[in-house]
This record gives sequence, C-alpha cells and structure tokens, in this order.
Amino acid sequence: MYAYDEIDRTLIDERVSEFRDQVKRRLSGELTEDEFKMLRLQNGVYLQLHAYMFRVAIPYGTLSSKQLRRLAHVARRYDRGYGHFTTRQNIQFNWIKLADLPDALADLAEVGIHSMQTSGNNTRNVTSDQWAGVAPGEVEDPRIWSEILRQYTTLHPEFSFLPRKFKFAITASEHDRAAIKIHDIGLRLHKNEQGETGFEVLVGGGLGRTPLIAKTIRPFVHGRDLLSYVEAIMRVYNQYGRRDNIYKARIKILVHELGIEKFAEEVEEEWQHIRNSDLKLEAATIEDIRSRFTYPTYAKLPHMPDELRKAAHDPLFERWRKNSVSPHKVQGYSIVTISLKPVGGPPGDATAEQMDALADLADKYSFGEIRVGHEQNLALPHVAKHDLPALWKALDKIGLATPNVNLVSDIIACPGLDYCSLANARSIPIAQELTRRFANHDTADLIGRLHINISGCINACGHHHVGHIGILGVEKNGEEFYQITIGGRADEKAELGTLIGPSVPYNEVADVIEDVVEAYLALRATPDELFIDTVKRLGVEPFRERVYATR
Amino acid sequence: MPLVRGGNISQDDFVQLADDAPLPEKGAVLVSAARFLADPQVLLQRSDRLGVIWPNNRDLDDLVPHLERIAVVALVFPTFRDGRAYSQARLLRERYAFRGELRATGQVLRDQFVFMLRAGFDAFDVKKQTDAEAFGQTVKRYSVFYQPTGDGRLAAPFRRLQLRHSESASL
Amino acid sequence: MTSPLEQKIRITGPSVVTANRTWDGTVVYRTATKGWSTDLADAAVVRAVPEARALLAEAVADDLGAVGAYIAPVEIGESGKIAPGNLRERIRASGVTIDLLPVPA
Repeated sequence: MYAYDEIDRTLIDERVSEFRDQVKRRLSGELTEDEFKMLRLQNGVYLQLHAYMFRVAIPYGTLSSKQLRRLAHVARRYDRGYGHFTTRQNIQFNWIKLADLPDALADLAEVGIHSMQTSGNNTRNVTSDQWAGVAPGEVEDPRIWSEILRQYTTLHPEFSFLPRKFKFAITASEHDRAAIKIHDIGLRLHKNEQGETGFEVLVGGGLGRTPLIAKTIRPFVHGRDLLSYVEAIMRVYNQYGRRDNIYKARIKILVHELGIEKFAEEVEEEWQHIRNSDLKLEAATIEDIRSRFTYPTYAKLPHMPDELRKAAHDPLFERWRKNSVSPHKVQGYSIVTISLKPVGGPPGDATAEQMDALADLADKYSFGEIRVGHEQNLALPHVAKHDLPALWKALDKIGLATPNVNLVSDIIACPGLDYCSLANARSIPIAQELTRRFANHDTADLIGRLHINISGCINACGHHHVGHIGILGVEKNGEEFYQITIGGRADEKAELGTLIGPSVPYNEVADVIEDVVEAYLALRATPDELFIDTVKRLGVEPFRERVYATR
Repeated sequence: MPLVRGGNISQDDFVQLADDAPLPEKGAVLVSAARFLADPQVLLQRSDRLGVIWPNNRDLDDLVPHLERIAVVALVFPTFRDGRAYSQARLLRERYAFRGELRATGQVLRDQFVFMLRAGFDAFDVKKQTDAEAFGQTVKRYSVFYQPTGDGRLAAPFRRLQLRHSESASL
Repeated sequence: MTSPLEQKIRITGPSVVTANRTWDGTVVYRTATKGWSTDLADAAVVRAVPEARALLAEAVADDLGAVGAYIAPVEIGESGKIAPGNLRERIRASGVTIDLLPVPA
C-alpha cells in the first residue's frame, strides 16, 4: 500500500475545494454546461442515461480495507447501494446527484481516494497488474513506478487538455495481466544487462473504432529517464495529435499516420532536450516513493498446512481453490481472486454490504489489502494457505465464492445501453444470459479458459476486440444486433479478434455463443488445447462453417 | 476583455493591429504571425514595443530567432479544450528562455489559470470579468504541485527531498 | 461541438423533448408550460419540425434547469397515454432492464 504524505493529502483536499466551488458556480448558473462539462469530466463525472455517473480511481488496483469501506459508504449514502468495478481499475456509481458530489469527494479524500482524471482528455488512472508485489517471478513491484507516474500525470500543467484521453498501463511480469498492448503507453518493466531497472516502452495501442496493438518505441528506457521520455511522447502528441476529428484524435492514429519510426524520431529529438532536466529521477526520489509503500510482514508458513489438507476432501472447496487461488511469491501464502460474476449478476457489480464484508475479510485474512483487476474481479493478495477454508466459507456467505475465474462465465462487459448514453445496445443482459447458459460448473470446467468480452458500442469499453470471444452491440433499424469475433487476446500475445459471420439479433446471441463453444469442443485437438489456441491453429473458417451452417 | 497582468486587472497598452491596417508611427502594437513574418524588420525597427500573436498549430521555429526583440508573445486558446499553447508556452520559457510577456488569449477561463501560470504565462486576456476579478483567489487554490516546470515553484519530489533532508539534519 | 439547435431535426411521428435535470441528473421531459417534469405523461408532444425546433430551443435555453436536451420519439396509445418510442427511451423512463444484485432491505 502507498500511504499519502502531507503533499498528497493537501493536493486532493485542494482539488475537492476547487470542485466544490465549480459545482456551486454551475448550480448558480455562473457556469454553463458547456463550460462545466470539461471540469466535471476532469473529476470523473459523466452524464449518463439515468443520472450523473461518478467514476473513482483505484490507482494500480490497490485498495486498503479502510478505502473499500469508504467506497461502500459512498454507494450507500449517495447512490443506490452498488458500485461497479470497471476494466480500468476504477469503480463507478450510477445514480449520483451533482449537488452531492463535493461531499462524496470529501468523504473519499479523507481516506486518500480521488476521482481526478478518471475521464476527460487527460491522462487517466494508471493501471497495473493486480498481482503486483505478490506474483511469483515478478521483476520488481511495478506500483512504485505507477505511483511515480500517477503523481507526474496528476494535474499536469501542459497535458490536461490533450487531443483525447490518454491511458498508461504497467506490468513487471512475463505474463501481462495489465493489457499493456492496448494502451496509449504500455510499459514493461525489465532489467538491462547491468541489472538496472528500466522499461520497454510501447505506444499507440487502443481499441475503439480503430483498434491497434501498441508498437515498441524503445526497448529500454532507464528508470531514471522514465518521466522525461514520457514527457517527450506526450509533448509530441499534444502538439501534433489530431484535434479536428474525435475519432482520429488518439495517439494511436498519430503513430499510425506518421509510422512508428518517424514518430520515434520526433520523440527522440524532443527527449534529447529534456532528458537531463528536473524530470530525471534521482535515486533518492524513487526511494522516497518506495518507502511510502508498506508490505506485510509474512510469517514462516508451511507449503501445505493441515487445514488445507483436510479441506481438500470437500469437493466444493476444492473446486473453488483450483479455480480462484493462485500461487504467491511467499511460501504458505496465496492470492485469492474474487469473482464478481455470479450466475445472473451484472459483471463487476458489488453491493455496499459485500464491500464492507470483504473489507472485514481483508483485515482478517489479507493484511487489510484488496486488489482490483481489469477483468472486473477483485483479489485478496496475501492470504495464508491455512486460512483458505475459512475464507472460502465466509466468501460463500456473501455471494463472492463463484468458482468461475477465467472460465466462460467470467465475462467482461461494459455497462451498455442499460446505463450508458453512448451505447447502441445492451451488454449486461447478454452477459447475464450467458452466465445462465454456462452455469453448470463441470461444463465450464470442461471448456476451460475462455474470455468473453462484451461492448455495447464501438467505443469498446468491454474490450470486445481482445476477447477470446468478442461481442459488439450495434443498432440496425432501431433493433439491437451483435457482431461476434473470435481469436482476440489482451495479454503479452495481444491480438484482435476476427469476425465470424453476420450480426445476430439480441435473442440469438446466447445460442450463437453456445454454438461457437460447441464447435470448439468438437474441433480442439486435445482436451487441454485452449479455445484461443484452437482458433489460432485452425483459423476462423471451421468455426464459421459450424456456427452459421444452419443460420 | 479584461487583461490580468502581475495578478491584477490592468490596462492593455498594446493595440491589436489588423493585417491590413496601417502601421502607426508610435505605440505598442500586437500583430498576427502572418503580418510579422511577411516583414519582420519593419516591425522590429520601430522604437515602440512589439507583440506577436502566434497560432497554436504553427511550430515556433520561425519565431525563435526574433524572441529577444519581441516584448509580448500572445498564444491562442481557440477553445479551452485545445491545449497546444501550453506546450508552446513551456518551450518558449524553458527552452528558448523567452523573458518577455507571455499572454494567454482566446477562451481563457478561471479554471485554467493555475495550469497557465505553471506553463509560464504571465498575462491573461480573460474572457469574463468575474473570472478576471477572481484571479487572485483562484491562483491560491493549489499550494502543492507534482511536476517540475520552469515556473520556479518547488515541485513535490524536490520538496520531499528537502523535507527529508531537514528531518535527518535535525536528528 | 455542434449545438443541438444546429443539428438537423428529423421527426417521424409524435415526439417530446427530454433531458437530465441539472442538480441531480434525473430524467426529465419538457412540458407545455415551459417547465420540466419527471413524468412522461406531462410532456409536451410535438408532431412537426417547426414546433419540435421551438420546444427544443426553449429547453436548451434553460441550461440551469436541465442539460443535454434532445428530441425523442414517443408513441401515443388509444387512451392518449404517452409511451417511450424506443428501447433507449424505455430504459430512461423505467430504469435498467437487468436484474441487479439483491440489496438487503
């Protein structure tokens, strides 16, 4: 956990009082909506179908139990008792009143949470691996660098009015859980031959109307140069990114139009001017940030405690353990992923009661720490293995022990037309129907790892392009239709999915997905060949034939 | 539009000259980049001060050689959403060491003042009278800053190191 | 950004003007008495472009009352009851179509 110091606290307090004044001016008529819109967006406030929506940042997906309780409080006091965890490690509240927002923000500020730059044309919440600091084999904790970037990008005097939004993601593991290749800037932490920390810098990834996989602009930027290099990229983008067309304004279009070599040259030239400026990170500065992260004092525990051995006789426990428990870097501990995808539930939603209860469980079993992942699930990052049986029982009681992590019913979905003013079609009810179709755990287990991603419009908040199965809602003559792609993935081998056939109406989506899965079961070479590998091996055609033959 | 300079609403002693208007013999003038570049010498030779309005989509290269003899560079915010002039301002101050007046023009509203100050602006063509009057209050909103820029304010990383330093010195 | 008034207005049947109330975001409809109502039944119904344009202009001018005003289709039942004319408007009028997680009472 990063603990705010006086500077961090002062800044968010000042931000809250600024926003309080802005809301006051808006409600008195001193500011028009046109003038206010950018200001509210810079504080994470959207206007959606039913009300204002409030998006709160959870930087690099790390939360303390105290913070989670405060989010529950906001859900209960200012909203309807729910929070929705998003694909960018944020939480959203769907029915917030503008007049209440300054108070909600002040309540959050007390525990070091803010909503700065969770929307608007600025740098968004810096995301990272939800297993940062605990994943076995990690190079080093990427959150130190995420926090350095969070601070650097917060209220940046030059880059707060960019051509379009700008997203960072960082990973320090071989397996990329942060989807860095679909971000404006993706950073892969690694060490050079001298053992110094640095980053492979990728640029120009993103989904939406023009999905593009990020390209490497520099294989190694030394840690001390991270900020100056980032500033060089952003300065080139701020000046030359397109502002005439909202759909062409992301950095990916600039990189694409210039070509990565030319873009890299521009950045390099700019960088040479500033790499020895005040942006150069002194070892002491990095150390200062690092020192504000606290780590648990782990006990020396056996690899296989008696409690676990005993619980293994319970098939329901075993089923959950095999699905939701992952190895920890410290012996005797585990990472527990908490599925927010119960059968028939809205993906990523949690009630205030669940959040409170989970905060208590985090205190009891995970050193008071909770993580949020881009798959819209939560995690308890430091659970002693001997506590797993007790934790499982407690999670089950509050509806948080669905053993479907990474399975077909662990669906990523945007809010869709049920909430979002941009959506063309609904996402959540499609996800809910699919979780019912695949509710049988044995079937889901037989199918194995399979990611379904659903977006209700081309803006792709549900990351449909990179779902093993992607579902995109479109509107045709006033009716909801859905395009289905297969073969996408968001990890270190990121790839965009391919359309398998004509779009289908709302009522047929679940049938088609079932057919796609059936086709896979028939086509896979062996029972352990994953869906994504079968598609890779065979291409889309055999799937198309089987699924659309009778349609 | 009220002009805020040195933190106060003040009289604009520059006259903005249309591209086809005759050049007055006396008095400070503000001209477009196009007029300036068409014949820099005729403008620079005058004994009175010169200001140039530089568009936000044009590289600074053509302006840089003349900076020493220009009193005011006015940068443009066609809308407050268009942030290109922030980069130009920082470059002028931090890279090209421009010491004259850097004026923000266009849609300049209260909620951009702090960003603009930090980027190096020191004069503001404010769109609304109430915003201009609130300048002094508004710029006091923030007392801490994360990023180092050329504006002289001590950014958080350095402030922290100083704090740590004085803490360890007093032990 | 194009103001809603500069956009081409096309209506194919009975329509209303709807927006979100400024202070709390609640869905509201423009009434015939130059006000806003949270009840679609109170909405002023227009059937031709000039009246639609006039109603929208008046709604947009009340920026402090409600934001994001636009013209939305409605259906008029036999009894004269006004119903939303498409899925989006049905969702705005009656809420989400999904099952939410159960919240303890």
